[in-house]
Amino acid sequence: MITESIGGWGVVIGILAGAVRGGTPFLLVSLGECLTEKSGKINLGLEGVLLIGAMSAYAVSYQTGSPWVGVAAAGIAGAILGAIHAFLVSRPKVNDIAAGIAMLIFGSGCAFFLGKPYIQPSAPQLPAIALGGWSSIPQVEAALKISPLFFFGVAAAFLLQAFFRSTRWGMQVRAVGDSPAAAQALGISVPRTRFAAIVTGSALGGMGGAHLSLFYPGAWTEAISSGQGLMAVALVIFARWNPVKCLWASLLFGGAQAVGPSLQAVGISTGYYLWNASPYILTLGVMILTCSPKRTLIGAPGALGSSS
Amino acid sequence: MSAVATAHDPAATRGAPRTAVRWRPALEAVVLPVGAVLVALILFGAFCLTQGRNPLAVFAAIYQAAFGSGYSFQNTLVRAAPLMLTALCTALPARLGLVIIGNEGALVAGGVAATAAGLLVSTTSPLVVISCMLLAGMIGGGLWITLVGFLFYFRSVNETISSLLLNYIAIAVLNHLVNGPMRDPSSLNKPSSFPIPEDKMLPLLGSTNVHFGLIFGIIVCLLAWGLMEHTTFGFKVRMIGGNIRAARLAGLPVTRLGLITCFLAGAAAGIAGMVEVAAVQGRANESLAAGYGYAGILVAFVARHRGLPIILVATLLGGILASGGILQRQFQLPDATILVFQGLVFLVILLSESLYGKFKFFKETGA
Repeated sequence: MITESIGGWGVVIGILAGAVRGGTPFLLVSLGECLTEKSGKINLGLEGVLLIGAMSAYAVSYQTGSPWVGVAAAGIAGAILGAIHAFLVSRPKVNDIAAGIAMLIFGSGCAFFLGKPYIQPSAPQLPAIALGGWSSIPQVEAALKISPLFFFGVAAAFLLQAFFRSTRWGMQVRAVGDSPAAAQALGISVPRTRFAAIVTGSALGGMGGAHLSLFYPGAWTEAISSGQGLMAVALVIFARWNPVKCLWASLLFGGAQAVGPSLQAVGISTGYYLWNASPYILTLGVMILTCSPKRTLIGAPGALGSSS
Repeated sequence: MSAVATAHDPAATRGAPRTAVRWRPALEAVVLPVGAVLVALILFGAFCLTQGRNPLAVFAAIYQAAFGSGYSFQNTLVRAAPLMLTALCTALPARLGLVIIGNEGALVAGGVAATAAGLLVSTTSPLVVISCMLLAGMIGGGLWITLVGFLFYFRSVNETISSLLLNYIAIAVLNHLVNGPMRDPSSLNKPSSFPIPEDKMLPLLGSTNVHFGLIFGIIVCLLAWGLMEHTTFGFKVRMIGGNIRAARLAGLPVTRLGLITCFLAGAAAGIAGMVEVAAVQGRANESLAAGYGYAGILVAFVARHRGLPIILVATLLGGILASGGILQRQFQLPDATILVFQGLVFLVILLSESLYGKFKFFKETGA
């Protein structure tokens, strides 16, 4: 194994590669969650969206032969689930967290049901963008084969930042999330804004699923998502509802996910199963450090978690 | 139905004196969930139609597999027992106003603790072994959810997300233990802990296939119901759930009551883990995380977090889970069909929440 010849660097490269590769679904889902939460609602159902996205992307890519059509299908499938969630939470007395759990069960049920015939066949994958041609070390070359959806996600993060800061619609979303009553007084339709935010956010989450089934790990299985959609909720809190910070946080979470496998690749298998828990422990640790009973979080939408 | 819907007038219901006859709101609490489940059944039937299956035949098969014979009903009850217990893990904190979904993690933590305790004392008498396992399961699950409560009250960490993360952490710890320190070298295909001796396991009830865990489930649900609806403790908890600020102003020890409730919730799920180890698996392995925790969340919401209805809803859902195999064999429907059905029920139940107080018929008239 060449891995041994570069020793500890293999672990570092493995983690960095994992940060980009494993961070992409986190990035897309967390941007979707960020947009949703900016409008004042939480969507825990993004885990179901991620699964249905992964399934539809794979199935459509297999049927049409084009992975790009698959990505589009993932976005549409995500948007449909998002629309159901948005309708539910727009009703009075419906708790958005409970609705998210229901959507999580329903979405994963639909994904597993419809995806059953696609577990075996192999679908055309998204082409990798190779940036590592300059290096002669295979690990570096492999690590720099980057998903096109990663670049899409990076662009989306900066665009979303600009959207919130300096566009009329972005300000409307923020107004609805901070104070629905005031937004309504300004003549902004709260239900319509939230519907648009939740549906668009879910479409982004669905595309995160497309990365899972069409790039890495690159196959449709029922165990394809291990809670990335749920961790995105914590990630957004960590990133203080800031899209560009979501990008850095996603890379961190992706890297944490890769620690166990990278160590195993160089023969260190002590605590392999515990390393698997590192993204969750990291998330929990981050929440413990960043939450405080004394003050509300900077950047938190004002209406988040309230019933209005 | 929408014809009778009118604007909700809170003064009419909340102003009613406590002594007035309140059978109409009670009827509402029964009719709406039952109606919601019926709507979900119709939607599921439509889903079956789109898949080219006769919905009535599918329903008949589910009924047969769940309640059709003595044997299948026993099978249903075996699945209902852990559901009753895990449902309480969501139901009890829900009365505090907390949405905790760490059921699966608490079940695993309880199961692991019970296994460890059972193995440590495995040479003593069966009663001692089982009591130790039960106690360890309760403590393991209880502390697991108390941690969620602790993080909520002292650090304001969102309880839903922390409890969910703890599910994954519990499963990772379980995998670590059964692949390492607790591993029985003879378990090759499915890494497991050393087994609990056969004669120290939870006995079956009489000549049935139903194990003693069902009795635990029913007793714990009844206790939870009595505690929440008929004691001052329960009243205080519900008061916190109604308005945490008012409860603080009234001088209630909000943090202490909250932590105790979280412990009890986790302990209930921990018993489910203990039962799975001591009556079904005989050892700790990845089969502990079989989804009873997540199904328990659904049971709690459908039963509106009340102990008595949980027994009923858990039995119904146990029956539906038991019918998964027949759907696959008889109708070639994948096992995820049951998950789709559960999701539909959950969605419609939530939607029905917005209908409370909308129907004139259920308004209190005796005020």
